[in-house]
Amino acid sequence: MAAEMEPPPLGDAGQTDFREIEDGEGFFVSTVTILESPEPSSPDPPSMPAEGISTNGPKQEDISLDDDPEDLFAEATEEVSLDSPEREPILSDGPSPAITPVTPTAMLTPRMGLGTAEMFERSLDEVSSWVKLTSMTIFSKNETTVRRRFSDFLGLHSKLASRYLHIGYIVPPAPEKSIVGMTKVKVGKEDLSSAEFVEKRRSALERYLMRTVKHPILLKDPDVMMFLESSELPRAVSTQALSGAGILRMVNKAADAVNKMTIKMNESDAWFEEKHQQFENLDLQLRKLHASVECLVCHRKELSVNTASFAKSAAMLGNSEDHTALSRALSQLAEVEEKIDQLHQDQAYADFYLFSELLGDYVRLITAVKGVFDHRMKTWSKWQDTQLLLQKKREAESKLQFANKPDKLQQAQDEIKELEGKVQQGEKDFELISKTIRKEVSRFEKERVKDFKVVIIKYLESLVQTQQQLIKYWEAFLPEAKAIA
Amino acid sequence: MLFDRPRAVNVDLQTDATLQVDISDALSERDKVKFTVHTKSTLPNFKQNEFSVVRQHEEFIWLHDSFVENEEYAGYIIPPAPPRPDFDASREKLQKLGEGEGSMTKEEFTKMKQELEAEYLAIFKKTVAMHEVFLCRVAAHPVLRKDMNFHVFLEYNQDLSVRGKNKREKMEDFFKNVVKSADGVLVAGVKDVDDFFEHEKTFLLEYHNRVKDASSKSDRMIRSHKSAADDINRIASTLYTLGTQDSTDVCKFFLKVSELFEKTRKIEARVAADEDLKLADLLKYYLRESQAAKDLLYRRGRALVDYENANKALDKARAKNKDVLQAETSQQVCCQKFEKISESAKQELIDFKTRRVAAFRKNLVELAELELKHAKGNLQLLQSCVGVLKGDT
Repeated sequence: MAAEMEPPPLGDAGQTDFREIEDGEGFFVSTVTILESPEPSSPDPPSMPAEGISTNGPKQEDISLDDDPEDLFAEATEEVSLDSPEREPILSDGPSPAITPVTPTAMLTPRMGLGTAEMFERSLDEVSSWVKLTSMTIFSKNETTVRRRFSDFLGLHSKLASRYLHIGYIVPPAPEKSIVGMTKVKVGKEDLSSAEFVEKRRSALERYLMRTVKHPILLKDPDVMMFLESSELPRAVSTQALSGAGILRMVNKAADAVNKMTIKMNESDAWFEEKHQQFENLDLQLRKLHASVECLVCHRKELSVNTASFAKSAAMLGNSEDHTALSRALSQLAEVEEKIDQLHQDQAYADFYLFSELLGDYVRLITAVKGVFDHRMKTWSKWQDTQLLLQKKREAESKLQFANKPDKLQQAQDEIKELEGKVQQGEKDFELISKTIRKEVSRFEKERVKDFKVVIIKYLESLVQTQQQLIKYWEAFLPEAKAIA
Repeated sequence: MLFDRPRAVNVDLQTDATLQVDISDALSERDKVKFTVHTKSTLPNFKQNEFSVVRQHEEFIWLHDSFVENEEYAGYIIPPAPPRPDFDASREKLQKLGEGEGSMTKEEFTKMKQELEAEYLAIFKKTVAMHEVFLCRVAAHPVLRKDMNFHVFLEYNQDLSVRGKNKREKMEDFFKNVVKSADGVLVAGVKDVDDFFEHEKTFLLEYHNRVKDASSKSDRMIRSHKSAADDINRIASTLYTLGTQDSTDVCKFFLKVSELFEKTRKIEARVAADEDLKLADLLKYYLRESQAAKDLLYRRGRALVDYENANKALDKARAKNKDVLQAETSQQVCCQKFEKISESAKQELIDFKTRRVAAFRKNLVELAELELKHAKGNLQLLQSCVGVLKGDT
């Protein structure tokens, strides 16, 4: 059993490259390099140098392929291209939860970056937002770059959800569409809010993809492979919000909600009862926390704006003050406050991208978890219904025994045989989904613990940095204030 | 309500033993505040060396207005009147909290109640400080401290029966102000021969406006700061609940961070409070003082115009050879008045600058020192928490 590998010091180690997009097309450009490295039990354990992350190209290790994809060892790097001299996508490597390996084998740490760019209209009904993924296939060492639209991500999720959710796998939910945000960008509004929107979306897509590829089962899915590798993807039309498929989805969701209320399950397994309650509680508290953190982000942004405004005002006051030393001190105060306003803004970014987005992700993830529990209930219900049907058919059959209708009797017996098979299958399905859920929940909890621990520490470190800066600024100001004579 | 507090002085004042005034106690009743004004004096005018009386806000205003209306004091900067105690906002919040008691947990309720009570206390302390500063300014002024009304205010231990202005009087005041500002514009237009006063006029006008702007901007900034601190409070509570509910490893993290945020948010709240005290209050005070200085300049300007008009009238009278004596006396009176005001005004304005510079220096230094102290405290808490958590992973 391979020991847990030391995770590569990702995140801060990587450089992000800024390239101009020459061809004038606006699109998300990001590169994901998924490198393969041999599993830990191989004779030459890879050293996983941090510097290797930001560059391209594989390392000196051999690629030893294993049949079990769970041994896939990967490490990804990122390059980010920015069109406009905007603020760096803050913490482009930060919020990625996949910093440490889940198991010794699967270690995927892509850091994708989606550069800010102007969106261009490819077709009338959708704005293209391309994501360039550089991925390496399992069999080759080349770096390939692929472009993906936002709807491609949604399409991927939709396929995975339809394939895996109902058998108990927790499929990470994709980021939500935002008509307002997209329209602003579409219209070409070059202001701060549209840049922020693009960055927010980029970050969300990155985290989504990360969570998906970290799942050992989902990674094996051919659609995921295709998503990461193939140069052209068929357009995912059914992801449009107001399409026919979209409406159908909404109807199904409503129907599900109603059904859930009518199923009364005899829970024989205390574990599920307990876990279900736990997730309900967690959901409630996380939502509350998320709301509070969103408030904090808002107030901090407000504080930044108000501090900047005060700084200007203090500068004006310093100008009109006719005592020279005091005038100078007031100007210095204005400068300090200006720097502090920047500090508040940076902190608000950290509040948001580290803390708030994590909470938002987990609120959505827990919805997926609850969905999986619901599917188990449905599976149970189906099994029970089949059993009831079988019982009825048996009763009918025994009645037919006394009536003299050999055809009908045969038919009934055939039906019973079929139903018996179905009941067996139903029971198997139920047991399988229960087993899968147990595994999934255990994996989910491990992930959750790790994610939160990492993010909490990162967030606290951002707070530390802010305070250190504050101290620097005020220490520089104090002698100026004392110099007033 | 007895309490212990350091003298919050926005103004650097010389206190000497001949007359010391302070507010030793204050009581907040339903809709008024009762200040206990305590005097220590070696002056012969007073019956005792040490005595106290109880005064309310209206009586302070009466005293201030009596100075303003006194022609003798036209050449001085009248210390600005303290603002009316305003607990409405705070009281409203406490009331809302009482109404919403059912919708929150006991801990949350107790916490919020403590918050609001602290806020109420802070406002209370501020209003006491502002009333005290007014009295101290008067006591420190070489001429005003001798004022009869002031002595009555300090010593007379009965109610001064100063009623608030009724509607008619308020209307009169309003019209007086309108006339005054119109007049002020006229007077300000007159160019002063004296460079010193001309400079002061330009300076004060601009300064006053900019202080006003800075004051309101600083208020807004501090309010945002308080809101952020409140958010951290709520986050701390929810983290605590999460920590107690969670059965995994991460519950330790939640509990530790919750504890940390409880402490850091107290510091953040203190930062906002200190900024309020050292920065916002300073600016508010100098807004009022600069207005008082402007008023002095206006009075001098008015006297100058009167003097010039009297000169013109005298010339006319001499030309017509009619009522010359009358015109001469009138002109002399105006001249004396103008010169008297000019002389004391110059000194007052110089003192104003000295006081202002000293007050800003003191407050800015204290502000920086407090900001540093709090940032360092915050940093230490954060770093130790990060250390513990990193050790745990």
